[in-house]
Amino acid sequence: MTPEPVKTKLKLAVYWGAACGGCCVSVLDTHEKLLDIVAAADLVFWPIAMDIKYKDVENMPDQSIDLTLFNGAVRNSENKHMAEVLRKKTKILVAYGSCAYMGGIPGLANFFSKPEIFNRVYLETESTNNPEKTVPVEEFTVPEGTLEIPRMFNDVLPLNKVVDVDYYIPGCPPQSERLIDVFTLVAKGAELPPKGSVVGANDKTNCDECKRKKSDNKLLKKIYRPWEIQDDKETCFIEQGVICMGPATRSGCGVRCVEGNSPCRGCYGPPPGASDPGAKMMAAIGTMIDANKPEEIDEIIESIVDPAGLFYRFSLPGSILGRKVL
Amino acid sequence: MNFSPTIVAFLCNWCAYTGADLAGTSRLHYAPNIRIIRIMCSGRIEPTFILKAFKEGADGVLICGCHPGDCHYQEGNYKCLRRFKLLEKFVAQMGIEKERLKLEWISASEGKQFAELVNEMTKTILRLGPSKVKKTLEVEPVN
Repeated sequence: MTPEPVKTKLKLAVYWGAACGGCCVSVLDTHEKLLDIVAAADLVFWPIAMDIKYKDVENMPDQSIDLTLFNGAVRNSENKHMAEVLRKKTKILVAYGSCAYMGGIPGLANFFSKPEIFNRVYLETESTNNPEKTVPVEEFTVPEGTLEIPRMFNDVLPLNKVVDVDYYIPGCPPQSERLIDVFTLVAKGAELPPKGSVVGANDKTNCDECKRKKSDNKLLKKIYRPWEIQDDKETCFIEQGVICMGPATRSGCGVRCVEGNSPCRGCYGPPPGASDPGAKMMAAIGTMIDANKPEEIDEIIESIVDPAGLFYRFSLPGSILGRKVL
Repeated sequence: MNFSPTIVAFLCNWCAYTGADLAGTSRLHYAPNIRIIRIMCSGRIEPTFILKAFKEGADGVLICGCHPGDCHYQEGNYKCLRRFKLLEKFVAQMGIEKERLKLEWISASEGKQFAELVNEMTKTILRLGPSKVKKTLEVEPVN
């Protein structure tokens, strides 16, 4: 990128909700390209890298940020507040990464309710030493005044259940090259895809890009967990009896997990036209079971220890049911 | 308020739907709680359909296909059975009672069995009460 045609610099913000920090690191993983990004854009807000307060963001004029990459799910009132503030201040709000897109790993907490989680974490774990049974409270009064902490919600939510989202970049974390592609488009002022599109990813499934040997013989007599078999490093994982989320996952990551001899976990979310990757995966795996008698089928299914957690690893809050029934 | 269950039933065109038709033409009386959706084969049923039915407020979902060995498309009903078994395990993990999801084989001549099946299932759902899926989705998640 040459510096001379840049008249007004873009304003870029990166924020994290319920996230591990990996998405922010994926921005840093653009390596020397990050210098091109900061040449074309001013980073106005990025909690992991810059010292700036929420009230400074609240005081920015509306629509003054050109692009916000919101990573992480919405887990508490602080996340929700910042999602709403950033929506107001931003022209293009991007749900960046699996958590903002579909709930991601933190979304697995939707298998439990808030009281169950508090109970387990603060009272029950084997390493807990809490004889006074102290649990966090949202408000606490001290002589100097009242202290508040954000309220944890009962559900983990994807960003689009809280605010209007313009684009989605999937991945856990998104591949940095794809971020550069998207950023370059925005910086050039190129025509952007329709609102609501998944960008920085392809339109087919991972199987379509996977280089492993595949045949039509996808019949499962037994389902193995990855450590239970010796992977031959060239045959389709499903044909070897290991569940790989490739058939129900959007391509765009470069099939990196399988290239590294590990089955796909589905972080890129469903391909176009499928809303619920877990349900699609159950449909696919279900029909591959090689048995006709109910008892035999049960026996094979028994080897899938945790179907809900396996098929919805990154997508529970964004799926049809969204959470375990209360 | 009296609870009247809503049961979504997916019936295959060749056996189960014809069986339900026979129940109708034979003037059999049975519980009016089912909403029948005709599909060409029980093998067409995807977990998505069933989850969506629960999301939209079904108290129960019934799937009927041809008896094993009788499938019009050779083995669609076996495929249905395998998917169903996996889905059953998933549904239980999601906190939905197992009895709300049922798979039965009904042939074209089993109008009477179909009527009995619907009555039986309606009774089961009545005992379980309304499905909690819709209520869960209505709970303000930010509480």
